[in-house]
Amino acid sequence: MASIARPRPDEIRRSRGRINWTPYLFLLLPLALYLVWIIGPTFYTMYLSMTNWDGVSANPTFIGLANYERLFRDRTFQESFANNIRWLLVFITVPTMIGLGLAMVFNTEMRGGRWYKISFYAPLVLSGPVIGLIWAWVYNPRAGLINAFLRGVGVESPPGWLADRDLAIWAIIFAAAWRQVGYVMVLYLAGLKNVDPQLVEAAQIDGATRFQLFRRVILPLLAPVTTIVIIISVIDSLRAFDLVAIMTNGGQRTQVLANFMYIEAFNNYQMGYGAAIAVMLFAIMLVFIAWYLWRSLKEELDY
Amino acid sequence: MATVANTGLVTQGDLEAYLFRRRLGNIFKYIFLTVLALLWLLPIFAAAITSLRTMDDISINGFWSIPRELVFTNYSEAWTTARVSQYLTNSFIITIPALVGMLFLSSLSAFALARYKFRGNLLIYFMYVAGTMLPFQILLLPVFRLTNSLGIYNSYWALILIHTAFQLGFCTFVLRNFMRTVPSEIFEAARVDGCSEFRQYWRIMLPLTVPSLAALATLQFTWVFNDYLWAIILLQSDSLRPVTAGLATLRGQYTTNWPVITAGALLATLPTVVVFIFLQRYFIQGLTLGSGK
Repeated sequence: MASIARPRPDEIRRSRGRINWTPYLFLLLPLALYLVWIIGPTFYTMYLSMTNWDGVSANPTFIGLANYERLFRDRTFQESFANNIRWLLVFITVPTMIGLGLAMVFNTEMRGGRWYKISFYAPLVLSGPVIGLIWAWVYNPRAGLINAFLRGVGVESPPGWLADRDLAIWAIIFAAAWRQVGYVMVLYLAGLKNVDPQLVEAAQIDGATRFQLFRRVILPLLAPVTTIVIIISVIDSLRAFDLVAIMTNGGQRTQVLANFMYIEAFNNYQMGYGAAIAVMLFAIMLVFIAWYLWRSLKEELDY
Repeated sequence: MATVANTGLVTQGDLEAYLFRRRLGNIFKYIFLTVLALLWLLPIFAAAITSLRTMDDISINGFWSIPRELVFTNYSEAWTTARVSQYLTNSFIITIPALVGMLFLSSLSAFALARYKFRGNLLIYFMYVAGTMLPFQILLLPVFRLTNSLGIYNSYWALILIHTAFQLGFCTFVLRNFMRTVPSEIFEAARVDGCSEFRQYWRIMLPLTVPSLAALATLQFTWVFNDYLWAIILLQSDSLRPVTAGLATLRGQYTTNWPVITAGALLATLPTVVVFIFLQRYFIQGLTLGSGK
């Protein structure tokens, strides 16, 4: 990296005290759009969460932290929170490991490797509703392919999957993880391309076994990719909405925060309460956003 | 291998045994991967097969039976009666302008952030980065209200604008980091030649950014096309719905008629699959763009 001269942004300010307006002109339109549609609304939701707005009345009444008090006593909130945590734990472990394993396999030249890779990342281009519908059919208790297979091999009463209160959330998370594996694989494959082959050779000459090579050389070199993978997994598991909305709509104890918020705000017209749920979701994510920003800020300042 | 054989300590037989083991290992690897890949795609195959059968055939003979006959009526049913064609058109009407808008606007802000030193540069950059990680739920209510007061609720514009605005963050992040790698000497030379700041952006920076823009466009096409949440929040009329929300309607109408539902789902994925097949290189690049730093 040191050999490449990385340019710095130019010093264009010609004389002290005179402001160069050019960058602000470039930023005018995009920044205005971003502030009005993204940044402003984030803060506005925080205000709404302290009101009892119903979506219809013109002026919401300020009710302080009442929505939050209600939230902590709400069973559905606890259920949703627990489900998001389950989702998160599965997402940062299972697709990460499978994706890394597949990336290790496909990193070496192999005949037809391209087609194998395509099979694993094909689910990535499917939309949430499509994945939800396809898997709802796969899980169908009567005619779906899993239970048809299980009955075929002699299982008399196969599980109801999405109709089963203990299994439903795991069945949904499994379908979501199915899609995530390809994403993780792509990220690790890109990371492996940047691994210096000389380091690998040096380790091999020193007599490292395959496992040692992976554990002591490749895995540490992939650490930055792993960080990104974990951040993406956390964001995606907290954003989880489509699959739950399509497959169960929160029934069979599958509620997640995003869908719970949608139902309270847009089906029950409890917009203030919905805003409080959204703020909780945001608060959980903020921990990770702050961590990531802190990390990038250090990089920027070194640079 | 040649050097090992020349030492004389390894016999021809050892070598053959080694090669045999290696080939055997390879064969196992291929068998394992083939089985895994087929299992992986099984849900999609299952949907494809289902879409070509009748529900009667499936319920009477079971899913794993050989289809009595292959029918295409499910596709025509989904395409016309269930209006998947209309939904797909809507998806394009929303996605294309959003793509153009977000790429143009983010290249403007990325140029400003990458090329100039000014107060608030890092602050604005980090605001964009933080915005990309927001949960959508924190925006739903104010944006819903905003579209209402602008009079664009329940119109294509509402979706075009929110997608453009939301994806500005990610696009700016990616483009800004790319633009910082372009040597500043080029622009200094242009400036000496009397090239205006906007022309430097339009004539020099933008052409250099085309590969990044292509990768971003491919990725964003998939993201915006696959959005479901904003579509159900900001649209009321079924006739305006993009295909993701349209599929939910279709599911409601054909509750247990899985052949039509799966046919609709497969039709809905056609555009993203086509983009993926033809622009795969860009798609993969796009996915890894954000993780470069």
